[in-house]
Amino acid sequence: MWFLGTAVGAVKISLKNLIASKVRSFLTVLGVVIGVAAVIIIFSIGLSAQELILDQIRNVGSNLVMIIPGGSSEDGPPAALFGISITSLTYEDLEKLLKKNKVPGVEDGAGYVMGTAKIISDTRDLSRSFTGTTASYIDVENATVEEGRFFTKDEERNIARVVVLGSTLATELFEGRDALGKVIEIKDQNFTIIGILKERGSAAMGMSNQDESAIIPLKTAQKLLLGINHLALIRLKATDEKSVELLKASATATLREQHDIENSSADDFTINDQATALEMVDNITDVLRYFLLAIGTISLIVGGVGIMNIMLIAVNQRIREIGVRRAVGAKRVDILVQFIVESATVALIGGIIGIVLGIFTALITAIVINAMGYNWQFLLSLNSIIVAVLISLGIGLIFGVYPARKASKISPMEALRYD
Amino acid sequence: MSKLIQVVDLHKTYRTGEIKTLAIRGVSFEIERGEFVAIMGPSGSGKSTLMQMLGLLDQPTSGRYLLTGRDVGKLSDDDMANLRNVNIGFIFQSFNLLSKTTVYENVELPLLYDHRKKNTKENKEKILKALRAVGLEHRIDYFSNQLSGGEKQRVAIARALVNDPDLIFADEPTGNLDSKSGTQIMKILQELNNDGKTIILVTHETQTANHAKRIIYVVDGKINSDKKVVNRLVARDGELLK
Repeated sequence: MWFLGTAVGAVKISLKNLIASKVRSFLTVLGVVIGVAAVIIIFSIGLSAQELILDQIRNVGSNLVMIIPGGSSEDGPPAALFGISITSLTYEDLEKLLKKNKVPGVEDGAGYVMGTAKIISDTRDLSRSFTGTTASYIDVENATVEEGRFFTKDEERNIARVVVLGSTLATELFEGRDALGKVIEIKDQNFTIIGILKERGSAAMGMSNQDESAIIPLKTAQKLLLGINHLALIRLKATDEKSVELLKASATATLREQHDIENSSADDFTINDQATALEMVDNITDVLRYFLLAIGTISLIVGGVGIMNIMLIAVNQRIREIGVRRAVGAKRVDILVQFIVESATVALIGGIIGIVLGIFTALITAIVINAMGYNWQFLLSLNSIIVAVLISLGIGLIFGVYPARKASKISPMEALRYD
Repeated sequence: MSKLIQVVDLHKTYRTGEIKTLAIRGVSFEIERGEFVAIMGPSGSGKSTLMQMLGLLDQPTSGRYLLTGRDVGKLSDDDMANLRNVNIGFIFQSFNLLSKTTVYENVELPLLYDHRKKNTKENKEKILKALRAVGLEHRIDYFSNQLSGGEKQRVAIARALVNDPDLIFADEPTGNLDSKSGTQIMKILQELNNDGKTIILVTHETQTANHAKRIIYVVDGKINSDKKVVNRLVARDGELLK
């Protein structure tokens, strides 16, 4: 191929020029470097963040079914997610749902109410969230008691004033001192601390973070603190992952019977499983990723314009060289190819620096976040690297065309006369 | 001897906006193969324009130009480039070597644009042969900025020779050199001419022109005189030019 020699020569020439003027070259490719690094970082961190969130959801258990009060339309999420209080879900519903012979697929389940209250220890006065739940919580949520014990069914039935603290909240209230057996005030009522939960580090599925929460018996919360009779949430645990669909169907049937509902459009509850939750997380991270990608794209375009600018200057500085090449037999197309290849080479080198910088940044991020106690994986997709290489090459080609055309149109005679 | 160049009533007009410049106003002559012709004239006489048309860097406005019997007055840009590559070599006053590039790569340049079949080994031999002709094979890996002015011009001559052209144009080749290096360049050109190369030298210095065999004197875009050199100077090493 006739142009291959020119192309190889052009790559050599552009590398030489790059090395000869390092600072200028660096500034030339800076835009591309930043753009490509951004793309790499976005993909890597996006992937890791998604994995982290998914991991936390999986941590709770993928065989959970969530029931919230209020119907859901196709148009959007259920109203309960926005904090609108709907009273259609009750403790009686939960009891019916836990009858294994009538609800195939169910293994266990817990009911929840949530609220925020002043929580006071002997030294601290904090505003924190509390959760009222059934004794089955510990099993359904896969939670572990670090110290003491969880409350019992009897305590739940008897409206006992006992509390189990999340690990972070316990530390906040007692600042490292022993909390077990102490009495704290929640919404002006005294509660005895009977247990402290093991740190979990996750805020899964629209729940408040267990580590920062005070957990008290369901009825105690309903009667003493909130003055309500309904439930904010029911979580059912399926016998295994395969039974999730079965459980969703049987729970739906049970609740319709319980609420005298005849067709699905009148449902006053919404049943979701982890798959739905995972989908939501996916959607949110996708939006975030596209937004960051747009920023990366803008940076790449700015980088491309930078390359074009420098290439135009280079064409002017090298008019004599163009003249000599034309004099010894280079055709217009040879000059065109040379400058396009040069611009592509410059952009590609910028891209490679960007890739290295991006990977390095993502790695540092992973190390820092891990040091902060999260289980953050350093993930890198080969696709993002290929995309980055192609993008930078493409930018070099596209933004190289105009300067290269200009160079190829210079007449050899004028070029040789130029000083 | 066969005719290499035939020029009949050549004109060149430049247009810059409204202003028309008549650079060449009807020039006719012939150059045989193996000649050594100096084109002389004061600056602005049109001698450089004439050289550019003869060297296929530019096209005449009117008139005929036959190179080896072929009408080359109205060739396409690509055809002109091919002819320059294969049939013509250029030597410039300011050397015009590529910077940050080795001697070898500078001499190789025309071969990069040669559309004929070629292989690396043949090319390397061509480059070595050209460098040997100017006595610079020991500088092959030097960068162009490490050379003296005279050496630079010798590399430029090797570059002009590498594709074994019929015709070599030298535009004020000694203009930027000290007289000793200038003599050396003129000696190489005379040797090349003795080996059969046709050389067209453009200069405004009589002494340099007297190294040629024939002098065409251009004034105001027309040929003023066209004479054989009577007392031809022969360049010898160590002699000073002028």
